[in-house]
Amino acid sequence: MVSTLLPAECVGVTVKRQGRTILGPIDWTLEDECFTIVLGPNGAGKTTFLRLLHGLQQPRSGKVVWQKRGADLYCAQSFVFQTPIVMRRSVLENIRYPLSVRKVDREESYKQTRYWLERVGLADKSELDAASLSGGERQKMALARALITRPDIVFLDEPTTNLDGASTASLEAILKSAQQDGCKIVMATHDLSQARRLADDVVFLHKGKLVEHSSSQLFFDRPQSDLASAFTRGELLT
Amino acid sequence: MTDFFGGIFAAFELVFSLDEDLVEISLRSMQVTLSAVVISAFIGLPLGAYLALSRFRYRRFAIALLNAMMGLPPVVVGLVVYLLLSRSGPFGVLDLLFTPTAMIIAQTIIVTPIIASLSHQALRELWHQYHDLLISLHTGKFQRMKTLIWDGRRPLLTATLTGFGRAIGEVGAIMIVGGNIDHLTRVLTTAIALEVGKGDFQLALSLGIVLILLAVLVNLSVHMLSKTERAGTW
Ligand SMILES: Nc1ncnc2c1ncn2[C@@H]1O[C@H](COP(=O)(O)OP(=O)(O)O)[C@@H](O)[C@H]1O
Ligand SMILES: [Mg+2]
Repeated sequence: MVSTLLPAECVGVTVKRQGRTILGPIDWTLEDECFTIVLGPNGAGKTTFLRLLHGLQQPRSGKVVWQKRGADLYCAQSFVFQTPIVMRRSVLENIRYPLSVRKVDREESYKQTRYWLERVGLADKSELDAASLSGGERQKMALARALITRPDIVFLDEPTTNLDGASTASLEAILKSAQQDGCKIVMATHDLSQARRLADDVVFLHKGKLVEHSSSQLFFDRPQSDLASAFTRGELLT
Repeated sequence: MTDFFGGIFAAFELVFSLDEDLVEISLRSMQVTLSAVVISAFIGLPLGAYLALSRFRYRRFAIALLNAMMGLPPVVVGLVVYLLLSRSGPFGVLDLLFTPTAMIIAQTIIVTPIIASLSHQALRELWHQYHDLLISLHTGKFQRMKTLIWDGRRPLLTATLTGFGRAIGEVGAIMIVGGNIDHLTRVLTTAIALEVGKGDFQLALSLGIVLILLAVLVNLSVHMLSKTERAGTW
């Protein structure tokens, strides 16, 4: 599917916090298709960058230009946070929530929710309080809640950082299949091997600057910058 | 001491004899208090939610004011409502003074800040937790309030019950605006004050027991209905 939102263009965007520039200036274009990984060490500005793209964070200067505006834009995006936000409801009602916000017909919303419960493997937990789920299950729930609106783009902020191997694998599998459904995925990670597994293209951030953007193959085989090359060799960046 | 226990025994006898006057007074207590609490909840819960999730200029001031109003002396509230409703007052034409309606108005003024302030405190935390998600989902202000109130229903119920507890035991304000008129505005608390004044401690005590029983009964049934005990986490 070709998203009508994309390409989205960042024009000289910067984000400041407490007088310090924590991101940018960045000039960059987010293209359609493919699995984009935002890679970088802790504190590189990945979270800030994703929040900026999603509109949760306003730029101090510059702008992000999408092909659409207003409700058309926001309703076609979802965000999965690093720490899943668990609403004080059942698992089922957590996943259904975006549909009830959008006033989708009740019957229809329950039907879709049951489908997503199956798809992320939480069907047998649907009636439990969401707070009783494990970390991995919570993140799967958050992912289902993000995907249930059939967004054109999903942003994920290090969704697997707190998960074990098995949970990470099943989350990645769900993401892959969402991508096959035509969903554009932009995911932050500091995990090199995860980037290798998933990325079609890589955006490499360091200290708030966009250091490199290239296809996954190019990035890992022949990184253009010294920083990226050091990072891909597994060296600790300072 | 024997006098005291004898008094309690006689009081219980009176309670379970279901004396006609006693039943009437108890029912009026419940009617006035429950009306005031329901009205206060309809105002206080959305107000608390609004304050929890809105940023406006005088927000801090509004919250401080609300917290201060939690401690309004009921006697002063009664006095002000009395002056407003009295013949020569601005609302004198409504002819509400010394009616249960006047009592409900006074209690609503006392209870609303309590419910609003307690729910604001409970929902502020919840909003902090939900903030990013609800912004990300592009919810409107009304949806946010609805979500906070629904998901915060347990602490909000506690806030409302706190308001109920305050209202059912209140005597100063309703004495002034109700006048403690027999068969019209007499309720349990004002009747107790009257009987103590007359020196009929046994009757006063039995009224007190009914008052406590009613308060406990309401709290228990609300908790049973909401299954608070069963759902441990919330
Ligand atoms: N609210 C804030 N106030 C001040 N500094 C912040 C704030 N949020 C993030 N930062 C700083 O911005 C930088 C980038 O943070 P972040 O985007 O969270 O990085 P990442 O997600 O890549 O770990 C960090 O140095 C962090 O300390
Ligand atoms: Mg981060």
